Amino acid sequence: MVNRLKKFFAGTYLGLMLVFLYAPILILIVFSFNQSKTLGNWTGFTFNWYAQLFSTPEITDALIVTLSVAAISSVVATVLGTLAAIGLHAMKRRDRLLLENISQLPMVNPDLVTGISLMLLFLFVGFRDGYTRLLIAHITFNLPYVIFSVLPKLRQSSDMLYEAALDLGCTPMQAIQKVVIPDIMPGIVSGLIMAFTLSLDDFVISFFAGNGVDNLSMYIYASARRGVNPALSTIIFVPVVTLLLIVNLKSIREERNAELQSRKVDMKR
Amino acid sequence: MKRTDVKKQKSMTGMHIRRSLFAFPYIVWMAVFILSPMLLILYYAFTSEGGATLENIVQAANWDNMRVLLDSVRFALYTTVLCLLLGYPIAYLLSRMKKTTAALLSVFFIVPMWMNFLLRTYAWKVLLGAFTKILYTEAAVLLGMVYNFLPFMILPIYTTLIKLDKSYIEAAADLGANPATTFLRVVLPLSMSGIISGVTMVFIPSTTTFAISQLLGGGKTMLYGDLIYMKFITEQSWNAGSALSIILLVFVLLSMTFMKKAERKTSDEGGGRLW
Amino acid sequence: MKTSQKIVCLALALLLSLSCFACGGKSAKVTLNVLNWGDYIDPTLLRQFEDETGIAIKYTTMTSNEEMLVKLASADNIYDVCFPSDYIIEKLIADDLLYPINQDNIPNLKNIDPRFLDLSFDPGNTYSVPYMWGTVGILYNKTMVSDPVDSWNILWDAKYTGEILMYDSMRDTIGITLKKLGYDINTRNEADIQAAQDALIAQKPLVRAYLTDDIKMELINGSAAMGVVYSGDAVYCIGENPDLAYVVPKEGSNVWFDNIIIPKTSTHTAEAEAFINFLCDAKVAAQNSDYIGYSTPNAAGLALMGSDYIDDPTYNPPQEVLDRCQIYHDLGDFVKVFSDAWTKIKAA
Repeated sequence: MVNRLKKFFAGTYLGLMLVFLYAPILILIVFSFNQSKTLGNWTGFTFNWYAQLFSTPEITDALIVTLSVAAISSVVATVLGTLAAIGLHAMKRRDRLLLENISQLPMVNPDLVTGISLMLLFLFVGFRDGYTRLLIAHITFNLPYVIFSVLPKLRQSSDMLYEAALDLGCTPMQAIQKVVIPDIMPGIVSGLIMAFTLSLDDFVISFFAGNGVDNLSMYIYASARRGVNPALSTIIFVPVVTLLLIVNLKSIREERNAELQSRKVDMKR
Repeated sequence: MKRTDVKKQKSMTGMHIRRSLFAFPYIVWMAVFILSPMLLILYYAFTSEGGATLENIVQAANWDNMRVLLDSVRFALYTTVLCLLLGYPIAYLLSRMKKTTAALLSVFFIVPMWMNFLLRTYAWKVLLGAFTKILYTEAAVLLGMVYNFLPFMILPIYTTLIKLDKSYIEAAADLGANPATTFLRVVLPLSMSGIISGVTMVFIPSTTTFAISQLLGGGKTMLYGDLIYMKFITEQSWNAGSALSIILLVFVLLSMTFMKKAERKTSDEGGGRLW
Repeated sequence: MKTSQKIVCLALALLLSLSCFACGGKSAKVTLNVLNWGDYIDPTLLRQFEDETGIAIKYTTMTSNEEMLVKLASADNIYDVCFPSDYIIEKLIADDLLYPINQDNIPNLKNIDPRFLDLSFDPGNTYSVPYMWGTVGILYNKTMVSDPVDSWNILWDAKYTGEILMYDSMRDTIGITLKKLGYDINTRNEADIQAAQDALIAQKPLVRAYLTDDIKMELINGSAAMGVVYSGDAVYCIGENPDLAYVVPKEGSNVWFDNIIIPKTSTHTAEAEAFINFLCDAKVAAQNSDYIGYSTPNAAGLALMGSDYIDDPTYNPPQEVLDRCQIYHDLGDFVKVFSDAWTKIKAA
């Protein structure tokens, strides 16, 4: 009885939080079919904004830039950041604290300061290509989020695992790959997700650090002066959610199959 | 694995690569793309027309600006506390679920952030304007900040909680601890590193957000991010803007150091209680 | 964590293929890098220009004049054509960042209304060609405001407490307050700024919010009675909600110009001039102005736009309105006095 009550409250709480998170999303989806550009002023149903979206090369270009920069920068940041966290974790306390503090800098600095200082750096070293500049900037501001989501997992896991793997004949690379990484995987994945999320939304750093390449956020911010195409909001969301659902449902089914399989094997024994 | 392979590998570990070396690529990246731009900011903060000076810092630390800083820190603190109070239970409940369900659900908690930030905030304006009276108040700003930073609190806590050894909880219960005591003395201390990460990722960036206060707060308060923007862009005074950035930097790094000291203390205590 | 690994792999494969698609494709033809305000040109005109000339256009966007200034001051910027406002052009000229346009290459300059040529910020139009223009005024809801609206003072009327929207822009808000008080909009007198600061702090309790783009949303929805807007945005709002009306107050206001310039660093100045000439074509200018809703300085273009626009005093105000408006000038170091006042107003 107590258990059931507990479950009920837990479910209600999670449900309420999901309502909180999705309420504005629902508004956006509804108003992307609104005739007027103005949010909150319903004038009639239309698919026009979606048609316009895909017939404007400025938008499709920005979409491609956004998705590719988010994907590449979050993966590179995750690899670099995970290795960094493993290294930092093994350092002496004083070195570690110093490096951790420096790693916080991109988080502490307002986007504007990061953007302008990178712009000055790129000018100084004579590096003009806008797309690569965008990538470097995004990797840089993603790194601390990866590091700070991997570090707690490392603190949780035992250092002995790594030592044991070495004693058992692994090379350090193998030990990291086969023992340490699987142990901290949840931290790596959440770092990757956060990095991807941050990269999607950035516009200030991108404007200054980039050079003549727009991503979707920059485009949306700039368009706000004259009213944003309401369909823009759903452009990343819908396909990504669909993708996630498919992958997740498939893996749930696979897991269930695997469970059944193992049960059968047990029975045969 | 074949026996000869094992032998070969054993001899290779003789070189004994230290684990700290894995941080090397990052340290190079950091030096080039984090530290050297930072040196430029330091340069602007401490020079004026070529000569070294403390004038920028002194001017930036005036009473009006410090009031703005205090306001921003207050908002960031409220945001962090609210995110922790709302996010911890979510992370905890998710961590107690079946792995696949939890994976699916945790994705649902981050995906709203993949709608564009500006449009998300506009949607909140519509909702708050239609159903509440809090639009253009501090409460609306807080709501917007909590909304946008919540996932950054949930994820790190969730990842530490799933690793938590359930046998500790059972052991505590067997030893007669009630659920509240178990939570306070066992679960909470063991998830402290996740909490610290979450707090870092919410508190630090939220001191410098500017768009949320403009959109949901109706621009009635000025936050530190606005101030830095005004110095750098409106005034085009890079010296003044850099000086403000340095003041913020010192403030945040100091408060994070304090927090880490506090963490060491509590986790030591927590460990002591546990055993 | 198998699930997440799969998500990552799938998403990565998809996106990497997308990014390959992004970098390939562009041929060796000249690409003009255009930096403009978002949605501030009819995109079909970009396609038309590309088809007619074979020059490709890479259109990127900016959110503020000053941000553009920072970009153009960086010597490695790649922009060929930009659309800054008057006082920024003044500063860009002073900082020697602009390319002197060869007017022989812009025969369509003859289409521009002479009222908008040879203005104080760029004498002789050596560096810039007019693109759009407008005024700053009050947009109000006729069903919610019974008093006659002809003065900035109505924004200080306690009767409308909580229904007044101010523009969240230092220059515009202090500017109209200076006009309300009878001062020069470009004043360099600290006492004038102090007076404006006091007036705005006194007004703060009446103000619903200081907003920028979303003033339009609020006024169209009827959430507020009046707000400060640009004339071009007023045209759009009145189109969405006919209860709204626009006024340039009798004390005077700001008249602004967004002109087209070529940065000194541009490597495709001939193509940039061809693009500017294209935009000054009467038909193109008319189509563009119809799309954006902002007023065109192109007299030949305006003539093609029909009486809806020509007779609309918001879109095409009579000369007497312009006579009481002032153009912003670059404030130089005095901008610090403005921004200190603005900080005090916001922190009050």
